[in-house]
Amino acid sequence: MKNQYWHDFGKGIWQLNPVFKQLLGMCPVLAVTTTAINGLSMGLATAFVLISSSLIVSLIKNLIPRQVRIASYIVIIATFVTTADMILAALFPEISRALGPYVPLIVVNCLILSRQEAFASDNSIDRAFMDALGMSAGFTFALLALSGVRELLGTGEIFGVPLAAGLFEPWMVMILPAGAFISLGFLIALVNHTSQSLGWD
Amino acid sequence: MELILLFLSAVLVNNFVLTYFLGICPFLNISNRLDSAFSLGMATTFVMTMTAAVSWLINNFILIPYQLQYLEYVAFILVIASLVQLVEMFIQRISPSLYEALGIFLPLITTNCAILGMALFASMRGYSFIQTIIYGFGAGTGFTLAILIMAGIRERLELADVPQPFKGAPITLLIAGILALAFMGFAGLLAV
Repeated sequence: MKNQYWHDFGKGIWQLNPVFKQLLGMCPVLAVTTTAINGLSMGLATAFVLISSSLIVSLIKNLIPRQVRIASYIVIIATFVTTADMILAALFPEISRALGPYVPLIVVNCLILSRQEAFASDNSIDRAFMDALGMSAGFTFALLALSGVRELLGTGEIFGVPLAAGLFEPWMVMILPAGAFISLGFLIALVNHTSQSLGWD
Repeated sequence: MELILLFLSAVLVNNFVLTYFLGICPFLNISNRLDSAFSLGMATTFVMTMTAAVSWLINNFILIPYQLQYLEYVAFILVIASLVQLVEMFIQRISPSLYEALGIFLPLITTNCAILGMALFASMRGYSFIQTIIYGFGAGTGFTLAILIMAGIRERLELADVPQPFKGAPITLLIAGILALAFMGFAGLLAV
């Protein structure tokens, strides 16, 4: 039983990592990762929505008729996104401004919908929780990795701490949209290479 | 004139895919072949234009008068889901062959974040009814343009010798990065 939990949790971090392996929820991944703090906040906001929705969907899975399940999931997700948006705006107005329209767009993050459809809708509540927790951890890890690379190369800072300031001329392009695509491309190639050479699939 | 500028800005300068990162999932997954990319682009443009009109009406005649703005996300996503359903039934009736060709892409338009993003941007910026429709149409055209360019490049890429770890998603992302650099050239074109 304990192993089962570890498996449900662990698969989201590497084998089925939402960003590096499944390529789900890419819009926020590319859009908000200009600084590490934005990446971390987006990861945590998505984690809140994913975990809460998975719990609710798993609880009421037997009450939802099959034909309207997608619409029901979206309404559940949209409710939690509205909550997350209001909490962010009330407690962390600066982060809320920096993330802008990408907080409401968590509603259409395909990662969340796909976990409801693929896992929470036919598993018990404790397993759904572990699965959501693992996926959230994997998603936040990917956001942190990408935003760390972009902030470090683009400004020479990480979390606003000038780690490498003065060592090199900051690459402006990393902060721009093009830098997001290019650095994610290289990161995924690195993950593929690691998986293949270490046999971690 | 102002409307033409708004349209051009949504297509080129602020291209939804390459500068706002909206609609990345279909952009990466359905850009293998030109013909399916084109059909998907057209269907998305149609749903976007309709969503722009309906969501503006709902926002200005129901949500704002009754102070229900906190229901904005739920209302908009329901509009999009029902419109996609409607378009699906319509296409099935009018042209079964097109319906077959689009297949699974049709229902997936619901979770295309470009559509919800467009509706939210339009409501945040307080566009008028006509402006919102033009903006929605421009955003859809921009999406179609980006996905067509990508599909054209990827059809050629099949013959290229790509290093093993870069096969699939990584090389697509690198191409998207170069495309985004190219689209930055439009940045000085208009100030909207």
